[in-house]
Amino acid sequence: MKKLLSTVACGIAAMSFGQAAFADPDNNNLTVDGMAISTDVKAMADSPLDKLFSGWRFRESETQALQMDDFDNPSFVFVEDGEALYDKVDGSEGKACSSCHEDVAEFKGLRPTLPRWNEDKGKLYSMEQYINDCRVDRMGAEKWKWTGTNMTAMTSLISLQSRGMPISVATDGPVADILSKGKEIYYTRVGQLDMSCANCHEDNYGNMIRADHLSQGQVNGFPTYRLKNAKMNSIHGRFKGCMKNIRAKPFKPGGAEFQALELYVASRGNGLAVESPSVRN
Amino acid sequence: MSKPRVKVPKSAGAGDTITIKTLMKHKMESGQRKDKDGNKIPRKIINFFSATFNGEEVMSVNLHGAVSTNPFIQFDMKVPATGDLAFKWVDDDGTVTETSKTIKVS
Repeated sequence: MKKLLSTVACGIAAMSFGQAAFADPDNNNLTVDGMAISTDVKAMADSPLDKLFSGWRFRESETQALQMDDFDNPSFVFVEDGEALYDKVDGSEGKACSSCHEDVAEFKGLRPTLPRWNEDKGKLYSMEQYINDCRVDRMGAEKWKWTGTNMTAMTSLISLQSRGMPISVATDGPVADILSKGKEIYYTRVGQLDMSCANCHEDNYGNMIRADHLSQGQVNGFPTYRLKNAKMNSIHGRFKGCMKNIRAKPFKPGGAEFQALELYVASRGNGLAVESPSVRN
Repeated sequence: MSKPRVKVPKSAGAGDTITIKTLMKHKMESGQRKDKDGNKIPRKIINFFSATFNGEEVMSVNLHGAVSTNPFIQFDMKVPATGDLAFKWVDDDGTVTETSKTIKVS
């Protein structure tokens, strides 16, 4: 991490006696139980970034290590909750997810393509909507809250099936308009601090924000377990947190604005490997 | 408490040192927090953990406040012979959760 290393080097020079922990080379290789996952990729020609980096690269080595073993990774507590929910009969039809989708492994390859255009419904669909459609239409059950515990447990389980696959959301066709709306939101300064997503995640990734390194704001690791709140966090939940940080009034999770932003941010990470469920601070 | 997660090697050589990892999903309510109406939320944590190999205690821990949510406990032990490693978590409300794993020594 070039930008990161130069910051560290300056830090050591300024302190004159560098600490050993600081001088360790940044480990760039993510392997999860023997499976190598690439954490950087050359950006497409039309990308504002030269190289794409997963948020994993910006974390401290201790946090990074948590993600390198599925037992150490606290997300798997919630993945197991998701497995239980998958088999749990709910609603008036007496069905569980597993009544139709026998093996959750059939969702392999779904996560990298979301959000995507749903032809039948005529709108952009995130994983949360597909799950809720199934719950309401097929199971006769109540909808889950977009950022709720049950929902993130289920999205964690489904996303895990595609771990290691490159993100490839479609950016053309019917979603082109939504994508440009998402781009507009990304670059619009809002809130009392008058900041846009790009001010941090494009102009300053690798630099410090308080005691933390800014990432590129990629969504390839979501849903993600944050040490901060000890639970799984959805993409929209994270957007909301970011907007609060810049003293803006957040959009509604599951709303059109965040969905457009989700699509645009996901498209900025096209090519990065899915890491869900990841561990971040 | 929910289903505990434990990682124990299925087999080992006699006298080998093996690493055991355990994780229990638990809120670990500290007793320091207050709810929306300002009432104290009572303490509810896992206050005791033990591991027993063939009836003999390998290690035990008394847990107090300031232990994080979903406590993760890892330790090393020597395995003398084939046997069962039993784990026990005790909650403040008296709930006891137990699980055990067999280690084959060749």
